[in-house]
Amino acid sequence: MRDPLFEFLLRQGDNTLILSHRISEWCGHAPVVEEDIALANIALDLLGQTQMWLGLAGEVEGMGRSSDDLAMLRDAWDFRNAILVERPNGHFGQTMMRQFLFDAYHVELLSELVNSSDARIAAIAAKSLKEVEYHVERSATTIIALGDGTQESHARMQAALDNQWTFAGELFETDAGDETLNETGIAPLPSSLRSRFDARAKAILGAATLAIPETSFAHSGGRSGKQHSEHLGHLLTQMQWLQRAYPGATW
Amino acid sequence: MYAQMVKSENTDSGPEFDAFQARIDAGERIEPKDWMPDGYHKTLIRQISQHAHSEIVGQLPEGNWITRAPTLERKAILLAKVQDEAGHGLYLYCAAETLGVSRDELTEMLLDGRMKYSSIFNYPTLTWADMGAVGWLVDGAAIMNQVPLQRTSYGPYARAMIRICKEESFHQRQGYDIMMKMAQGSIAQKRMAQDALNRYWYPSLMMFGPSDKESVHSTQSMKWRIKINSNDELRQKFVDQTVPQAEYLGLTVPDEKLHFNQETGHYEFSEPDWNEFFEVLNGNGPCNTERLSARNKAWNDGEWVREGMMEHARKKAANEKVAAE
Ligand SMILES: [Fe+2]
Ligand SMILES: [Fe+2]
Ligand SMILES: [Fe+2]
Repeated sequence: MRDPLFEFLLRQGDNTLILSHRISEWCGHAPVVEEDIALANIALDLLGQTQMWLGLAGEVEGMGRSSDDLAMLRDAWDFRNAILVERPNGHFGQTMMRQFLFDAYHVELLSELVNSSDARIAAIAAKSLKEVEYHVERSATTIIALGDGTQESHARMQAALDNQWTFAGELFETDAGDETLNETGIAPLPSSLRSRFDARAKAILGAATLAIPETSFAHSGGRSGKQHSEHLGHLLTQMQWLQRAYPGATW
Repeated sequence: MYAQMVKSENTDSGPEFDAFQARIDAGERIEPKDWMPDGYHKTLIRQISQHAHSEIVGQLPEGNWITRAPTLERKAILLAKVQDEAGHGLYLYCAAETLGVSRDELTEMLLDGRMKYSSIFNYPTLTWADMGAVGWLVDGAAIMNQVPLQRTSYGPYARAMIRICKEESFHQRQGYDIMMKMAQGSIAQKRMAQDALNRYWYPSLMMFGPSDKESVHSTQSMKWRIKINSNDELRQKFVDQTVPQAEYLGLTVPDEKLHFNQETGHYEFSEPDWNEFFEVLNGNGPCNTERLSARNKAWNDGEWVREGMMEHARKKAANEKVAAE
């Protein structure tokens, strides 16, 4: 089995990398200029977090790989992000729903990681937490406004929730590596974050007049790397294009 | 520039008009509540909106490469740069709104083609080197024009320019830095850099608008200080600044006639193809259709979002009113 710490760091960095990439696809195409700016802000925050997580991953791995090497030169099966974040943007409401589900998990995770026994992880978490507290506040406000807006916006948001809900469960999947990290106080068990996530989701989605789907089914395969969605390969094709086409070039 | 060929209204005469002109001549700033001639008001709306629209449409050619940026750092820099441009659009729409037009009205006029944006954003960005060329040349040309506009006569416009100029020099630097890396890189990278310069050189010169001889709207605008320098003056300044930078990069400016005139202390250069310029302004540039349809799509797709948010705000306000009663 791979080093659980390395695996953990990839999961963090790949989640933020892939989600940041998706959000950056909005640039210049948002419903209002203020949203263009806000989405770029979130994408930038997540990109900065990626550099920290993947930078540390490369250090821990000890093979001389930089954060850029890890981002640009791995193929799909080596990525460890949850499937949720690689899903296509869809319309603005779908993007914001995906964002809220991720933010609501992310903020709980980081709140624990600030107390990590690994000082490097605690430091990255502390810096990220400030940003993500803002992200979740913003995505929650948007979800509430659009859920409790017009009939059309309500219907679109309910469909977005129905469509994404079964991809949130993977974020809380817990494996043997997570157990190991939990024993040494490096990271919490993802499953331990679920009840707080549920409480927030219930409150915010309730205020948005949206109904949480009654299913306990959860898609999985991204965080273990066993089986991503078809979307990831296309995303990587675009993201890694220059590094693949001109190997070894400096940019 | 970002405001090319802005049609200037003529002004009337009379004591009010003379007093207004005297204020401008004395270097005073005109503020939204002050009396102003109709022509000044109309010309300003046109110019500021065209500038604002340019910032907004200007997100697209660079946004085209954000998802393909070669490193995480380059991606972050480009994303931040394009985000700045959206912010510039906002500042400028706010300045235009002080003249009594709403952002939505102006947006509609952009989307149905009644209002223009800079010709430069109708050119395609084909390789990563274009991100370098755009920052270096396009933002470089924008700075040439915007720095003097910090002293323009209309207060809100001048203040918007001051905020914008603070960010523009970072834009140009990141562009030049990309070019530098490419010019010093592999053979393929160097070729890419030269190709980007070849394609962006003349369109950048066009940003300053037609030659002074042809520029029918300049005189009145200059009298009102909403235009500070002539098109040719700025273009010359741009060429004088840019040619040595190209040389430093080891790249060749695509102009066989280009040479330095010892006597004048200026470069002499070929004019861009003005037919091409007018074609681009009339909608026949390589990307006019794509740019406008991308903006129309964003606006139309976003309609339910804007309506949903507004409806929610109305509900909230109504609830608060009930609670207060
Ligand atoms: Fe600009
Ligand atoms: Fe700008
Ligand atoms: Fe700029």
